[in-house]
Amino acid sequence: MSIGVNVPRKDGQSKVNGQAAYVDDLSFDGMLYGVTLRSQIPHGKIRAIQFDPKFDWSSVVVVDHSDIPGQNIVTLIQRDQPFLAAQLIRHVNEPILLIAATSRKKAMEARTRIEIIVDELPSVTNLEKAATGVRLYGEDNLFKEIHIEKGDLPRGFAEADYIVERTYKTGLQEQMYIEPQGVIAVPGKDRISIYGSLQCPHYVVKALLPLLSFSHPDQVQVIQMVTGGGFGGKEEYPNLLAGHAALLAMKSECPVKMVYDRAEDILATTKRHPSIIRHKTGLKSDGTLTALAIEIDFDGGAYATLSEVVLSRGCIHAAGPYRCENIDIVGRAWATNNPPNGAFRGFGAPQTCFALERQIDLVAKTLGIDPLEVRRRNAMEPGDSTATGQVLTESVATHKCLEQAVKASDYIRKRSEYSKLLPKARIRRGIGLSLFFHGSGFTGDGENRIRGRAGLQVTPDGFIEILTSSTDIGQGTETIFAQMVAEELGIPVDLCRNAGVDTNRVPDSGPTVASRTCMIVGDLVRSAAAQLREDLIKWLAELENCNAEQITLVGGCFLLSGQRVASFQDLAKRACSEGGPASASKTYVQPEGLEWDEKTYQGQAYPVFSWGCDVAEVEIDLDTYEISVTRFTAAQDVGKAIHPVMVMGQIEGGSLQAIGYATMEEVLQKNGWIENHRMTNCLIPTALDAPAFETHIIEEPFSGGPFGAKGVGELPTDGGAPAVAAAIDHATGQRFDEIPVTPEKIELALNP
Amino acid sequence: MTTEVEFCAPKNLAEALEFLALNRDKKTWILAGGTDIMPAINSRQISPLAVLDIWGLRELRILEQHQRHLTLGPLTTFSEMMQDPRIGQTVPLLREAAQSVGAVQIQNRGTLGGNIANASPAGDVLPVLAVHNAVLELRSAKGSRNVEFNAFYSGYKQSVLKPDELIYRIHVPIQWPQQIPYWRKLGTRQAQAISKVAIAAIAEVRGGILQDIRIGLGAVAPTVVRAKKTEDTLRGRRLDNRLIQAAGEIIQSDICPIDDIRSTARFRRRTTTNILRRFLSDLKLAHRGM
Amino acid sequence: MKIDCTINGSPTVLDVSPMRRLIDLLREEMKLTGTKEGCGEGECGACTVLIDGEAVNSCLVIASQIQGRQVVTIEGLTPRSGLTPLQESFVRKGGLQCGICTPGMIVAARALLDKNLEPDALEIRTAIAGNLCRCTGYHRIVDSILEAAELERSRLSLVDTAPPDL
Ligand SMILES: Cc1cc2nc3c(=O)[nH]c(=O)nc-3n(C[C@H](O)[C@H](O)[C@H](O)COP(=O)(O)OP(=O)(O)OC[C@H]3O[C@@H](n4cnc5c(N)ncnc54)[C@H](O)[C@@H]3O)c2cc1C
Ligand code: FES
Ligand code: FES
Repeated sequence: MSIGVNVPRKDGQSKVNGQAAYVDDLSFDGMLYGVTLRSQIPHGKIRAIQFDPKFDWSSVVVVDHSDIPGQNIVTLIQRDQPFLAAQLIRHVNEPILLIAATSRKKAMEARTRIEIIVDELPSVTNLEKAATGVRLYGEDNLFKEIHIEKGDLPRGFAEADYIVERTYKTGLQEQMYIEPQGVIAVPGKDRISIYGSLQCPHYVVKALLPLLSFSHPDQVQVIQMVTGGGFGGKEEYPNLLAGHAALLAMKSECPVKMVYDRAEDILATTKRHPSIIRHKTGLKSDGTLTALAIEIDFDGGAYATLSEVVLSRGCIHAAGPYRCENIDIVGRAWATNNPPNGAFRGFGAPQTCFALERQIDLVAKTLGIDPLEVRRRNAMEPGDSTATGQVLTESVATHKCLEQAVKASDYIRKRSEYSKLLPKARIRRGIGLSLFFHGSGFTGDGENRIRGRAGLQVTPDGFIEILTSSTDIGQGTETIFAQMVAEELGIPVDLCRNAGVDTNRVPDSGPTVASRTCMIVGDLVRSAAAQLREDLIKWLAELENCNAEQITLVGGCFLLSGQRVASFQDLAKRACSEGGPASASKTYVQPEGLEWDEKTYQGQAYPVFSWGCDVAEVEIDLDTYEISVTRFTAAQDVGKAIHPVMVMGQIEGGSLQAIGYATMEEVLQKNGWIENHRMTNCLIPTALDAPAFETHIIEEPFSGGPFGAKGVGELPTDGGAPAVAAAIDHATGQRFDEIPVTPEKIELALNP
Repeated sequence: MTTEVEFCAPKNLAEALEFLALNRDKKTWILAGGTDIMPAINSRQISPLAVLDIWGLRELRILEQHQRHLTLGPLTTFSEMMQDPRIGQTVPLLREAAQSVGAVQIQNRGTLGGNIANASPAGDVLPVLAVHNAVLELRSAKGSRNVEFNAFYSGYKQSVLKPDELIYRIHVPIQWPQQIPYWRKLGTRQAQAISKVAIAAIAEVRGGILQDIRIGLGAVAPTVVRAKKTEDTLRGRRLDNRLIQAAGEIIQSDICPIDDIRSTARFRRRTTTNILRRFLSDLKLAHRGM
Repeated sequence: MKIDCTINGSPTVLDVSPMRRLIDLLREEMKLTGTKEGCGEGECGACTVLIDGEAVNSCLVIASQIQGRQVVTIEGLTPRSGLTPLQESFVRKGGLQCGICTPGMIVAARALLDKNLEPDALEIRTAIAGNLCRCTGYHRIVDSILEAAELERSRLSLVDTAPPDL
């Protein structure tokens, strides 16, 4: 039994004794250090680049766009972003030149001796003006527009007893992984090796081939080092950084290390899209939702990066886990002259979930009933359909999550007790909740386009190596894959280990994103194990001259008609040395009946959803307006918790990111500049700011997931912010429709 | 870097003062716990030409309890302020302020002298020194001079400390038993937060009358300030609701906060008033019938 | 400048620039890469080491300031084989995910437990408030340290009550 058991993490020992090797811990002989020279204006043209003649330029290596052997385009979705600005500058801190030297200090010194002369152009750095300002992208500055329609919206409003309208705003959010971005590029003959802190090694391969004008994928080898957090921030950005290091390495013919310092990481890398979301909701006096009209604007920044897919997930999640027959969702991702925004855990859903949950609270207020009651009445159940018309057939846990969280947090009693608190009390208390869902895996037929692969390899000493390109960035991939293989084969987890992520060796399992690793790649790994078991049994049957049906694999041993013939490890060893079945691999096959129309956004958006309910409690000091989140109860459904401790860790860590998003995490951007680019002013919660968590895992199994499992990676970042905002409303008697809700905003609201 | 840093880790105070005198023109950075200087160097905000590392100087790491005052060496760390019972008993506000600084790692290295010399309006022990009317003993190779703490700062991040001087001693008059201390810091989070507003106060109430009150304010003006007008209004008056209300208004004329990356002028104004009123109300409650 | 100090129990003489940061000295000179850099500004605590038993940020300390001092890093807190109860608790209780904050976190926890073997949750949170973790939400880190304290206490009491011939 390995599933549902808290086996020791595979990476545990090396992480607690300091031996785990992160990219900055690695060095090579003759290695140079690379730095980036960046633009200082949001929009403009490069007129000239001046190199100080007093500096000895032979002592450093400088790369600009003209050194690029292939295409100066970061291959991702759109082909709009250059590795190095050639002429046009489109955001502050856009890379223009790269410099490498024998020390970081020297490279930085050289950087101060270069001057970029620019002609500034008018810029747009305000999302509200994105449509009207300067033309930056296409005809209309839109990276993407999405429209989702269900039912008949005008009829929905006509049937309504009440109509409520409101606009919501969410701010930029920094991933703030504690290990900044970093890579090392090691050049070879017609090839390059990249060692990096990254989530998606094959993205880097795909981005570097055209950059370096290589034709064969093996020419770019990407090796993932132990990665100190990603949260989406290391999904696409490493493409750019690896490209930079590779260019310096190719030109200098030396290994080149580029590790950002904190300021550069905050200033230059992608963040969570700021949003403005307008809701108009029709409802009946019994609480039935008759119409949901939602308009979503995201600030994509200067380049398209992943904005269109972030928007897509945001839109699909915008109507939430509620029953409603008439829905209209319009989403737009805009081009501006801000640094590009990109992937951040939740991927568009935290923004739209915040807006919707606040709107549902408004619905409750309009009807004069408790927010819990509205949710109880409208929560989806099997048989209901989502905004895209996807009919839910199984694994729906809305009510389970809701009731569990409500009970565990004592929500009902506290809600009424806190409401009665003397209006004069200086410390006010509040409690609020949210109900939410998150689609597991890629949207629509995305998995079919990727066709992820995973494999197993028996080693000569009879161990099973797991080959995937799914990266462990802390969430525990290495451990759960081993658990799945062990369970499927009935062998100890210790016999299973990860091969490490090296693109020259492991198959492309698709990127480590979209809450897809456990459910999609995990199932490939599991079914590869099933395949291997079958093959070994067949082979043993041949060796033993018997029928395969007579052989079973139980408790790590092969039994022939109930008699032990070989241990798993012994047979595996033999298979390896004698040419028996020593490997297995699986490729994703789309399940029958999956229908998705990318144009109309109709159909099965995700194979399945994970569900959750969060209850937040706050205390607010009415003299200082300080907010303290005192307790946080989460009940979240993951299908099956392969490793419960790690699942709870995902829920708690994601929840704290959401709590920070709601209260203190604020990236201040002015004219395209980030003003608080240091850890001293770009804050995340400390241990003293984090509440005590009460975490409940709900298991509503999914037949298409390995052992019933669904995704859990992103779900926890969706519900925390609206629950906290609801609790603040409750405590203060004011409504907060914009996050972060800072003490400054509470002061303003209470003293208009 | 082309220029070498002039560096000195002196064996004794005399050597330190000599180095300061020699490098007068270079603007020597005195390095104590490094918790202000090192972040500035690492983020390339400053690149010192001369550094005097005083961390190892025993002569600057002393603590003496006198009858009416406490004498502290500038290298007294926040952790020592939190833990040393002599400080806790005689100047409890120092302990409270130190407790609210950064987190353990910063408390273990950050020093009293560094907090003073750094001259930030948000330095957390500074309002405490202000209300205690501390005296700073500055020393150079030429000798010593005493400066009232409340006359030490000349402007935002500026003080009367000369380039060849260091802070040698901090003399803090101790709190009498009848004095009631108060400390409140507002930061953006519960640890590792620079103050948006900080208030230190001591008050003495007899027979319902505020015999004495002193209020020191951090982060609401270019330097740490004493709320003189408020103090004058309160001193000798009966502590009642009218007075508390009025004090909350008058303190507005003692401060001139700004909008910055951490907060807004408006917020700082409002919370300063609220915190003062809360302190006075609590004081009134505690002294009912006395 | 010659620096005499003790690093992880071994007397060490270093010939380095006095302004060299301790973190660079450990990582580059001594190849002790368990100490991590997350900010270089005293904010994140990933670089936490012990100097004379006190938790400090090694990115804020310079070489000259370790003259004559005892420096202990995560490597020095790791037994030759296996793990300490504190380390084991982190693995078992989910006190780590990506692991980048973990060495600093364990060093900070060690400094706490050396002074107070019966900390409550608030004391633990206070002791690690200078160590940022973006993955865990801290809850399980606090649990790990609570459990380690308990384990260490029971070991101590075992030693105390053990008969002399054991
Ligand atoms: C993460 C972090 C959190 C922080 N949190 C807080 C906080 O909450 N509250 C707060 O008040 N501060 C805080 N600080 C700032 C800092 O810790 C304090 O200002 C501390 O008191 C500085 O002392 P130090 O010995 O480390 O100073 P250093 O950095 O060594 O020196 C600071 C300044 O003082 C000068 N100096 C030092 N000693 C002397 C002397 N004897 N004579 C003359 N000049 C001298 C130096 O030349 C320099 O200009 C924080 C810093 C960090 C990095
Ligand atoms: S690296 Fe030293 S505190 Fe962050
Ligand atoms: S485990 Fe990743 S930062 Fe703490």
